[in-house]
Amino acid sequence: MTDYLLIVISTVLVNNFVLVQFLGLCPFMGVSNKLETAMGMSLATTFVLTLSSVCSYLAFTYLLQPLDLEFLQTITFILVIAVVVQFTEMVVRKTSPLLYKVLGIFLPLITTNCAVLGVALLNIKKVNGFIDSIVYGFGAAVGFSLALILFSAMRERIAVADVPVPFQGAAIGMVTAGLMSLAFMGFTGLVQI
Amino acid sequence: MALIHTSSPHLHKAVNATDVMRLVVLATLPGLAAMTFFFGWGTLINVIWACLLAVGFEAIIIKMRKRPLGFYLKDYSALVTGLLLGLALPPFAPWWVMVVGVFVAIVIAKHLYGGLGQNPFNPAMVAYALLLISFPVVMTSWTQPFLMVDDGQSWNVMGFIDTFKLIFAGIEPPMIDSFSGATPLDAMRHRGGQTTEEVWANVPVLAQGMGAWHAVSAAYFMGGVFLIYRKVLTVHTPLAILATLGGVASIFYAIDPYQFADPFFHLTAGATMLGAFFIATDPVTSATSNKGKVVYGIGIGLLIFVIRDWGGYPDAVAFAVLLMNLSAPFIDQYTQPRSYGHAKAKRGMKGGA
Repeated sequence: MTDYLLIVISTVLVNNFVLVQFLGLCPFMGVSNKLETAMGMSLATTFVLTLSSVCSYLAFTYLLQPLDLEFLQTITFILVIAVVVQFTEMVVRKTSPLLYKVLGIFLPLITTNCAVLGVALLNIKKVNGFIDSIVYGFGAAVGFSLALILFSAMRERIAVADVPVPFQGAAIGMVTAGLMSLAFMGFTGLVQI
Repeated sequence: MALIHTSSPHLHKAVNATDVMRLVVLATLPGLAAMTFFFGWGTLINVIWACLLAVGFEAIIIKMRKRPLGFYLKDYSALVTGLLLGLALPPFAPWWVMVVGVFVAIVIAKHLYGGLGQNPFNPAMVAYALLLISFPVVMTSWTQPFLMVDDGQSWNVMGFIDTFKLIFAGIEPPMIDSFSGATPLDAMRHRGGQTTEEVWANVPVLAQGMGAWHAVSAAYFMGGVFLIYRKVLTVHTPLAILATLGGVASIFYAIDPYQFADPFFHLTAGATMLGAFFIATDPVTSATSNKGKVVYGIGIGLLIFVIRDWGGYPDAVAFAVLLMNLSAPFIDQYTQPRSYGHAKAKRGMKGGA
């Protein structure tokens, strides 16, 4: 049980995928203009990340390893992720058409979210076991969601600030992301995984 | 409800930023005096140097943005940022550390966002965290309180001229080693396999020098109470921070007193008091409503304890404040008070089926 807690703390705070490992920056910058959209994106990404982390773990352990095809892992994972995203898109479209509309192009773009592939690759390297990989994927997704939601709440405030002209828009967003990353450095050394 | 009887004229003086900032400067003076008394002239020199730099950078930026210089400089906000950074840095920090720090604080953390009232992060703490990560050796070598140098009878600090030379020219006086040492939090953090009891008995900065830190904390506490009395800040944030930190520390101390420091140590060592009353309460970067301030304060208290006891840095006030600064807009979103006559606002996702 403690192991799982440590994995969660490690992936959410210490090795936050966005703010410490700098993965998944495209949705982090692209979907963070409004808090509501950010929340929808977080939910969708959480679903995809957890599921794809598990699926790619299974594909790696029960398909690639027995056949000695580990060198095909990247291409296999991309395929697995694409399938999971397609599945998520269909679910969201059926259950919440409004969310589907709000997320728009970003939903299929989860496929190219480097955090998803990054989690799948790091997952097989760092943790072993079925439950571990679920926890790892979920923790990574919670970390992503945390960073994205807090960032979007901040950007709503910065949008009305009197920012100097050369820094308006994406530039000040980048500065803010950098300062957030600086704040997350405070968690360094909390757990070693 | 008691009715308050006052005679006319029922006039109130409008509170403006200048008055508030002036009171904050006034309230830090006991702390500044205590630090100068216990740690030597370094603190005072640092504070003055930081204030000069802060006002200078502020003036340059305002000129570059073609705003009225006098109006923006008059609000004293740059002075307060410089003052807080000067108080937070180690007394013998070289001059260029302060230049980097003040530049980051005033130019990047404050004016890139449009100046006073619009910066999401506390400028002084952004600078402190950046310096701590960039120059860890300089930032963690502290000064011994004078109680420990020599016999502790006379006022045994490094002379003013020697300190000045050390900061601005890097010339070390022959006795430098007897003036520098670790902070109590450092000693507690890097104690190896010792229990807290052994650390208290063996490490000189805890056995003899802790009194100085108690006095400095008491001075900041007094300044903070003065600010609350003058209604510059409400009691919510400091109380939430101190109560949470003390409460959590008490629980862990009760469970295992050999591994965790006592709550009084947590409250009086390092920058706890400075952070709780002067840094976390910054009205721009903290949460807005009273309920929000309580949540914000609890977060800071918890983070200070977690990072101090399990994290990689001995003192955690800067990181805790920054982490809650970046959560503050989100906290505000969910702690907005209901205005009279209106229903509670619906928040969160609206994209349901």
